[in-house]
Amino acid sequence: MSGSFSASNIFLQSNSNGRRRCAACKYLRRRCSQDCILAPYFHHSQPERFVCVHRIFGASNVARMLEHVPTHNRAQAADTIATEAYMRMEDPVYGCTTIIARLQHEIHKAQNELAMLKAHITIHKACQQQQLQNISGQPSNQLMFPAEEAHWGMDDNGLLLPDFSPNLF
Amino acid sequence: MTSPSPLRPAPFGSNSPCAACKFLRRKCQPDCIFAPYFKSDHPEKFVGVHRIFGASNVGKLLNEIKPEFREDAVRSLVYEAEWRIRDPVYGCVGVITALHQKLRRLQLDLTLARAELSCYQNAVTVEVPQPNFPVNHSGFFGSGAYDATEMAGVRLLDNGGGEFIGGGVTGHHRNF
Repeated sequence: MSGSFSASNIFLQSNSNGRRRCAACKYLRRRCSQDCILAPYFHHSQPERFVCVHRIFGASNVARMLEHVPTHNRAQAADTIATEAYMRMEDPVYGCTTIIARLQHEIHKAQNELAMLKAHITIHKACQQQQLQNISGQPSNQLMFPAEEAHWGMDDNGLLLPDFSPNLF
Repeated sequence: MTSPSPLRPAPFGSNSPCAACKFLRRKCQPDCIFAPYFKSDHPEKFVGVHRIFGASNVGKLLNEIKPEFREDAVRSLVYEAEWRIRDPVYGCVGVITALHQKLRRLQLDLTLARAELSCYQNAVTVEVPQPNFPVNHSGFFGSGAYDATEMAGVRLLDNGGGEFIGGGVTGHHRNF
């Protein structure tokens, strides 16, 4: 009995060609097959990485997500999933959205400051233009603004992201 | 004290399962942890969260969070799930990367704008006679997108110049 138990133990530690189980299969106490989809991305040397991912997403969900991603993108996908899982473990309420909200706040601040700086620059340019016109002796009834000044300060909206505002501020 | 009557109508909504229990095809208990946050009128929220995180993981997570923070937690989970579905490779990490890049570009633009403004401020100013035309505040900034009267940081002076008085326009946050 003990011999068969030892044999099954050894069987579970590695597969038939001696390859060690991946962190996922070791945690889940199952045989790590040759085509285990999680093995390339959850090495046995980093068990905590899979523990995070499993607690937040679940092993079967992660395997399914990786299956739906092209093979050449799976490593990146596994990394980002692990990152999100780790952030959610650190902050169960907001996860990685804390960083997103703070970045959006900083971007809004920077955009507003930029708009005001450009307004001030426009005023200075207008004054300068007026001064030059006065010096040259040519009367002018209105300030002239370069056409390109008409569209500064607009949000490029190139990044269509819904703002996340979890009442952090 | 009146005994319960089978003819008495049930309280409104008590028999309506939440989106989670409806999706999972189970009876929605009175103490269902999902019910306050996954209403039946927005089933797509739970579908996304279940697809990425799994109902049992979400339930465990919510149970570990104080009730006053659970709504925020659900909002962030829904947001993360939506972005993972949209971008299966990068998910929310892709959003963070893109926002970082956008912020860096803006900070560069700010540096250049401050330098340009500093050049003007260091220049020698000359007295300018008051122009005899009305100043159109909304047209002053070209597109009219930023009305000068709404921009607390800039005030137009009678001599045609402008004065930066600080303050600022608060950004408009679209609620997710």
